[in-house]
Amino acid sequence: MPDDSFMLARKRSNLQLRARLIQNIRLFFIANNFLEVETPIRVPAPAPEEHIEALTAGDWFLQTSPELCLKRMLAAGYPRLFQIEKCFRAGERGALHLPEFTMLEWYVAGFDYQQLMAQCEEMIVSVAAAAGMDNSVERQGQKINFAPPWEMITVHEAFKKHAPLTTEDALAQDRFDEIMVEFIEPRLGQKKPTFLYDYPAKFASLAKLKHSDPSVAERFELYIGGLELANGFSELTDATQQRRRFAEAAKIRAAKGWADYPLPEKFLHALESLPNSAGIALGIDRLVMLFAGAASIDDVIAFPPEAL
Amino acid sequence: MYTASDLKKGLRIKLDNDPYVITEFNFVKPGKGQALYRCKLKNMLNGNQFERTFRSVDVFEPADLREKKMQYLYREEGKYCFMDNETYEQIYLTDEQMDEAKNFLIDNIEAEILLFEDRPIGISMPNFVELIVTEAEPWAKGDTVSGATKPVKVQTGYTIQVPTFINEGEKIRVDTRTGEYLTRVKG
Repeated sequence: MPDDSFMLARKRSNLQLRARLIQNIRLFFIANNFLEVETPIRVPAPAPEEHIEALTAGDWFLQTSPELCLKRMLAAGYPRLFQIEKCFRAGERGALHLPEFTMLEWYVAGFDYQQLMAQCEEMIVSVAAAAGMDNSVERQGQKINFAPPWEMITVHEAFKKHAPLTTEDALAQDRFDEIMVEFIEPRLGQKKPTFLYDYPAKFASLAKLKHSDPSVAERFELYIGGLELANGFSELTDATQQRRRFAEAAKIRAAKGWADYPLPEKFLHALESLPNSAGIALGIDRLVMLFAGAASIDDVIAFPPEAL
Repeated sequence: MYTASDLKKGLRIKLDNDPYVITEFNFVKPGKGQALYRCKLKNMLNGNQFERTFRSVDVFEPADLREKKMQYLYREEGKYCFMDNETYEQIYLTDEQMDEAKNFLIDNIEAEILLFEDRPIGISMPNFVELIVTEAEPWAKGDTVSGATKPVKVQTGYTIQVPTFINEGEKIRVDTRTGEYLTRVKG
């Protein structure tokens, strides 16, 4: 077993870069009039999501994201919020996944997903510059230029361009995720960071459906060098619709034998006064990986779970 | 049965009636999507490799594989005969199944025969074997360059690089995993 001095010594420059990036992220949001908040890590009722399972902590759960609490604050009149915190997800472990990871979330009242994409671009460019990075990164031998504007492609176009079948067929055959992983993700963000947007309504989760085309949700993901970094959307403000989506997700979860969460009633109640807004979650560990040129998420944290 | 969360590099599973070993493994999960397990698999019968993505609901049958120590008896019509010294049971391996083990196969040697559902499918030799050099250029006096090597032929017909001081009739120790010369065996 490698001892700490060996394991930690080779991570020094990555850990220093990590600290610098987090400090610069804070500076960006402070300069843009955001309030940094802390919400509880231990919660009684996580949002029921089809493919995200929370870890238990006593009778409660460890948060999988601070989304519900942050939106309650948004609904209560805090228009610009950000948080950097630990999130926990059961069973997620791989070169890009940790069961305990660090997330940046921010929410803006009055924004839609398009405005949020622009702000996300601005934030990353600013943070990269402040951390002394030049305007590009290299990942898997590919140089990715950060100069705006970044690329934008809808899910529908991405399937047409990269996949052997259409979005509709992939959905009908229940192969959407598989096609995404095998054909689409590896080709996104190769020259410039790329926003993949307008997800099929089926994957709306807590996002608003597009007014002009309700078959898609106003949701996006950011990819840089094939690496998925962030997920954001225009927030759904319709409590009835949200309740229905939660019920559907709960049914699918039950069929898998996953935990039956109590419904987050206080969140659903707050949704009734949620202003038009947009929010985004960005994986800090992966952002550091990208800037550090690290192949594994283990390289940018001091202690992977196996080292404890 | 294995579930998708048991998948890892080196795991041996049965797929479409053949034994496979997982040679590469990746956990992936696209944004808000389901967990997927991307694997590269190698067919243990014919060596064919392919990639496949599994889902968390997939289950796998373990490949029924075991190893059995057997002694090499003889070669006949391109087949290699081995015998279990306790039961006197005999099995045959093909040239293809023998693969590189042929290079180290000497009379009466004991090796581990890999069985899939009781059928022999492969062999693993002891890590080290001693082989007699049967053909070698004589050592030219004055050839003292340190680290210089020359090719020699050993009793199995295998050609191997050895230090220049090794002569015909001498015994050498070879690592069967790398196929490389280790040392001269005295006496």
